[in-house]
Amino acid sequence: MTQSFKDKAVIVLLAAAAAAFTITFIAIEEQAEIFALILFAAALVFAGAKFGFTRSIAQSLSRNERLMNVAVIAATLVVIFWFREDHFPLLMIATVMLYVIACCGLNMQFGYTGVVNFAGAAFFGVGCYTAAVLGDTSIPLLLVIILGGVIAAIVGSVLIIPVLRTRGHYAAVVTIAFGLLFRTFLEVNDTLGGPQGLGVSGMNLFGWDFNNNIEITENIELSFYLNYVILALVMVILTFVLMRRIERSWIGLNFDAVRLDETAAACFGINIKRWKIVAFTLGNFLAGTAGALYAMMLGFIAPSNFAFSDSLILVSIVLLGGMGSLWGTILAAGLVVLLPEKLQVIQEYRFLIYAVVMILILLFRPQGILPRGLRAYIPGWRG
Amino acid sequence: MDVGLLGQFVVNGMMLGMMYALVAVGFTLFFGVLDVIKFSHGDVLMVGTFAGFSTYLGMTAIGIDNAFIQLVGVLVIAVGSMAILGAIIARYLVLPLKSAPPLNTLLVTLMLGTVLREAIRLFYPDGSNPKHFPSLLPTESWSLGSFTLRADSVILLIGGLLVIIGVNVLINRTRLGLAIRAVAQDEETAKCMGINFKMIVLLTFALGSGVAAFAGVMNGLYYNEINFGMGLLLGVIGFSAAIVGGLGNIYGAILGGFLFAGLQTLGAVALPFASAYKDVFAFAVVIAIIAWRPTGLIAEKTSERV
Repeated sequence: MTQSFKDKAVIVLLAAAAAAFTITFIAIEEQAEIFALILFAAALVFAGAKFGFTRSIAQSLSRNERLMNVAVIAATLVVIFWFREDHFPLLMIATVMLYVIACCGLNMQFGYTGVVNFAGAAFFGVGCYTAAVLGDTSIPLLLVIILGGVIAAIVGSVLIIPVLRTRGHYAAVVTIAFGLLFRTFLEVNDTLGGPQGLGVSGMNLFGWDFNNNIEITENIELSFYLNYVILALVMVILTFVLMRRIERSWIGLNFDAVRLDETAAACFGINIKRWKIVAFTLGNFLAGTAGALYAMMLGFIAPSNFAFSDSLILVSIVLLGGMGSLWGTILAAGLVVLLPEKLQVIQEYRFLIYAVVMILILLFRPQGILPRGLRAYIPGWRG
Repeated sequence: MDVGLLGQFVVNGMMLGMMYALVAVGFTLFFGVLDVIKFSHGDVLMVGTFAGFSTYLGMTAIGIDNAFIQLVGVLVIAVGSMAILGAIIARYLVLPLKSAPPLNTLLVTLMLGTVLREAIRLFYPDGSNPKHFPSLLPTESWSLGSFTLRADSVILLIGGLLVIIGVNVLINRTRLGLAIRAVAQDEETAKCMGINFKMIVLLTFALGSGVAAFAGVMNGLYYNEINFGMGLLLGVIGFSAAIVGGLGNIYGAILGGFLFAGLQTLGAVALPFASAYKDVFAFAVVIAIIAWRPTGLIAEKTSERV
């Protein structure tokens, strides 16, 4: 009883601390303060790992997954509510969320099933362009988001044969070539706007226009990005539920088997091709839906958003968080998106620093920040 | 289409093919000895070109203005410094990750490529703007009807060919080449036979990177313009060429390089409605070829041990 109460207290405190930290981090502007905050967080994490707190916290979390999910959502809502009137912080939060969705797609592909995809930004881009083209038609915009995913999955199906027939580096080059092909195609195609890109009409849900600020009374006016953040949050939750359910189910078991040893999996009668197709298509679908909402939120897209380096950023989020680890993906997406935005001093050097950090992580902690644990069939079971 | 324009396309295509082949040879050498992809290859090429460019500026500054001596200096510095850089990369980034999943090596070198690219952009004087690379080769040209053949193109093509033949002789006819091939075939047996594995890996990376630097200088001399981003596309194309030809096989790399250049040229000539789509066309064909021959045109010999 006391144990379970302690667990719950730890989770609530942790969520509150995370919310407070995120709010402070987004709110402060002074560069020195931001650096101090980052150093403080790093020291805290390091000390936690050193004295074994991290381990016991992780156990508390895994025993109460349901409560943890609720606490995280509540913490996110607190952060969103805090910044209800500020455009830029909300835009950043929504961007993080959409990156999380796209990276969940990639996680399905190479975190779960081991199908490499270096064209994540291209499938994200398919979603964006779908939203741009279909946004002006009479199709309901919520449907356009889903269509963005569907069309990304259909475009991805062109690659299924080469992806299935190849392995390792050969498979990598298929997707890299596709990513480059996609961007060059957009740049030379005049109907899709060429290098200048296209404007996208904003989200509109049952007559509720997302691009208007929300006026509550005379002097309380909420940022219109709040609409997008909340929709993105709903999408993240749906994606998360989908990913968790798949991971826990026999489908996830098949994915793991295919990733770990194709030959052995085939010997046990697992249809490798089927599961690779399922993972590849579902992953592209998720990236496409995220792209569609992203385009509506920004209102404008251009081919330069979907370069090879953007695909690399998505891949490095997955790797940084830990392959197949969903919480890790969220943390890594937050770091990769927010750090460069906040550290204006390093703005110019951000790709350089970011690449150096990635090299160090790959050399010294190749399993990522929060590596995916072993499958736990009984919550809280310590094997 | 008239003969002159066609001839121009052919010369241009051959020049591109030579450059791609030189880059692809590097990829295939690295893959041979270590089964890794070093994706920073294109950016090493770019750094090599900038090293050569700086050498040129330095030589002009101290008053050496004989074009031939300048050319030799540029080549020696570019190739030499990149050979050293290649060996350093192998020693500190690739070898430590030898037992890690191949994806990690790929990512580490991709990130290193970003580091090199950004370093040139930020720290080279005025590095974010394109630089005018000097023409150090004779500039005469011969006219054959409507077709003009430039002397520098001929010299570059012959130079590239000599380098490829040189690498081929080195791999197939010398003791060093024998050691490289032995390591490529079976690392452990090669070690048992007294081959210094680490040394051979470093030498191979030095060789491949030097060849890339040569290709970079060639690119600079031909187009007379260099910029910090030139390596990325050349690297990806070289990688695709090596893959299409079949990794681990030098002839495959050469074939792949010329094939890719041929496809681009064909795309530019044969798609009159949209020559802008030539890269789209070339990459689409590459994907199709990989779907058709999953381990490249000259297939890598593999047998899976269970």
